[in-house]
Amino acid sequence: METQQCINIIETMVPCLVRSGTDPGLAQFLSIIIGVLIVTLMPLVLVILFIWLERKIAARVQDRIGPNRVGPFGLLQNVADAVKLIIKEDITPAGADRLIYNAAPVIAILSVILVWGAIPYSPIHIGADLSIGVVYVVAIGSVGTLAIMMAGWSSNNKYALLGAFRAVAALISYEIPMILALLIPVMIAGTMSMQGIVEAQQGMWFIVSAPIAALIFYISNLAETGRAPFDLVEAESELVAGYNIEYSGMKFGLFMASEFLHSFTANLLFAVIFLGGWSGPFVAQLPLLGFVWLMAKTLVPYIFTLVLRATIPRVRIDQMMAFNWKFLVPIAIVNVLITALVLKIVQTVGLSPSPENATDFVANLPQGLILFATNLFMAFIVLNMLRNQGRRERMADQARMLRTVEQDKQIVPSAAH
Amino acid sequence: MLELNAQTIVFFVFSLLTLGGALGVVTNRNLIHGAIYLIISLFGGAGLFVLLSAPFLAAVQVLVYIGAIAILIIFAVMLTRSMTQLREVFNGQWWASALVGVLLFTLLIGGVILPVWGNSGTNPNLPVSDLVATTQDLGVALVDGNQYVLPFEVASMLLTAAMIGAIVIAREDD
Amino acid sequence: MIPLWMYLIVAAGMFCIGVYGVLARRNAIAILMSVELMLSAVNINLVAFWRYVTPQNMSGQAFAAFVFVIAAAEAAVGLAIVISIYRTRRSVIVDDVNVLRG
Repeated sequence: METQQCINIIETMVPCLVRSGTDPGLAQFLSIIIGVLIVTLMPLVLVILFIWLERKIAARVQDRIGPNRVGPFGLLQNVADAVKLIIKEDITPAGADRLIYNAAPVIAILSVILVWGAIPYSPIHIGADLSIGVVYVVAIGSVGTLAIMMAGWSSNNKYALLGAFRAVAALISYEIPMILALLIPVMIAGTMSMQGIVEAQQGMWFIVSAPIAALIFYISNLAETGRAPFDLVEAESELVAGYNIEYSGMKFGLFMASEFLHSFTANLLFAVIFLGGWSGPFVAQLPLLGFVWLMAKTLVPYIFTLVLRATIPRVRIDQMMAFNWKFLVPIAIVNVLITALVLKIVQTVGLSPSPENATDFVANLPQGLILFATNLFMAFIVLNMLRNQGRRERMADQARMLRTVEQDKQIVPSAAH
Repeated sequence: MLELNAQTIVFFVFSLLTLGGALGVVTNRNLIHGAIYLIISLFGGAGLFVLLSAPFLAAVQVLVYIGAIAILIIFAVMLTRSMTQLREVFNGQWWASALVGVLLFTLLIGGVILPVWGNSGTNPNLPVSDLVATTQDLGVALVDGNQYVLPFEVASMLLTAAMIGAIVIAREDD
Repeated sequence: MIPLWMYLIVAAGMFCIGVYGVLARRNAIAILMSVELMLSAVNINLVAFWRYVTPQNMSGQAFAAFVFVIAAAEAAVGLAIVISIYRTRRSVIVDDVNVLRG
């Protein structure tokens, strides 16, 4: 087109529409609508691909083939599933609260799709570059727990309510390490906007500068999206599907779609915040290549999540809570404190990259290596503490066992005496 | 007086959500519905914050009020459920309370519209500056030694005390 | 630009509805929800004044942030007390908690 600076979808289309004779206000409105439609429909179309990928990988891990009848390699299997869900009878349980019952799946999928509006897909394409992008993403994620609560309560079913209680308790507990782990990229990048965080990673990806934060964020995402080993939230084999027992037809389809999409969205956020987003070779010349790099970088943790799901057994709810409050939260807090201290020292000493050579890999190397070494040191200390505690527990167990054996010997004298 | 652009429409939509949700909270017999109306009202408040160029406070409102406090209220309603449906919604003095509410509202409206504060503040002809401080300035203000670091530290101690107190009070004695 | 007094009227309306809710409801949790409404109305008022009068100085937003903190602390402790009262007296109607009445 012309030599115009494209900031986002809106800025690209408005000049074209205005030149073709439409009124400028209407052109602005139309381009906003088209941008919104693109950002909203893209995840809904991609979710078909993700569910196929999940079923194929789970099948291969379990030494079977997976769907391979409908379409080439079973790619259209989910289209068939969606058609099945649409033509199913839509049952509303008696005594259910109608408005809340119908609104819950909509809010569930809303909380996932709204995140896609704030993610940078390429250097010039983003839905809305909010200056508070990270806080916005976390806030929208916390609305999703509300949808679960509404679904569990409005079903007028004790088991749905119990499932919803457990799910919400787990979800709001795991938001805390997630937020604390997100503080570290914000500190290093100096901005909360998503595009700013991706641009700050041009020199060094944050997974090198903050691996512990990346790990905590990844584990919290596994718990937030109800993925293994934390999938007692859904627990298909135990609680009869938990909070969405009473949902059938397309409402259940919306819940399922929102769950799979949430998992991919969480990994998309991981790629944007820790793996460098759209950055890669040749992005400056061909910006749309950034989208390809972003999807490729998302698939790596996503496939790891899928393999993890097919591999690891489930944990109990009290183990899950203990893991969060006694392990993740203290480590996240200590991580924030130490990283803030080390970052300030590095910046004062002068080893951090200045704004001129911020995209240079070599200039970012000192700060990145120092932060990486700090993280390794913290991991070493944590693992040592865990090892000592494990050894103490083992000794206590052995001592207790020896004591019971001694007591048994006194009660029942051996036959030799 | 008001030009009909997108900002005006958005303002009216969010004001309607806010006030409608507030009315729903105080008049509903079913407490869960009241909690949902509270969420709608707080969401309208978050929208008003965005219109007022305070996006960080809008996100914090959604995160803290809707994501935590409203869910806490719903949990508390469900845990204390046997008495919610039986008696009347309002107590004996509801007419006096309505009178107090209306009187307070007229007093506040009078204070807002009449120029009791002099020729500034609510004067509609005063130019609104576009030079707005950013979220980074809020962060600096909260930890700057000359600004609000002391209330910040006191607030964090208050939160710790409230957290410990809530856990101790609500714990079962076993 | 929306004139300031419109935001103030919305905040005043929300505050007065909250006052009515606090004074007229019997259920303790409904009273707590009305208190949350009042605090949110105060926040809207503060931020509206900040935006229109002193947008360069961050005092208004800092004040509003502290109101958030206080609202959260008060909601947590208040609901803990309500649950504890429910456990002992099996009622959350505030008229029934009258042991100290002479």
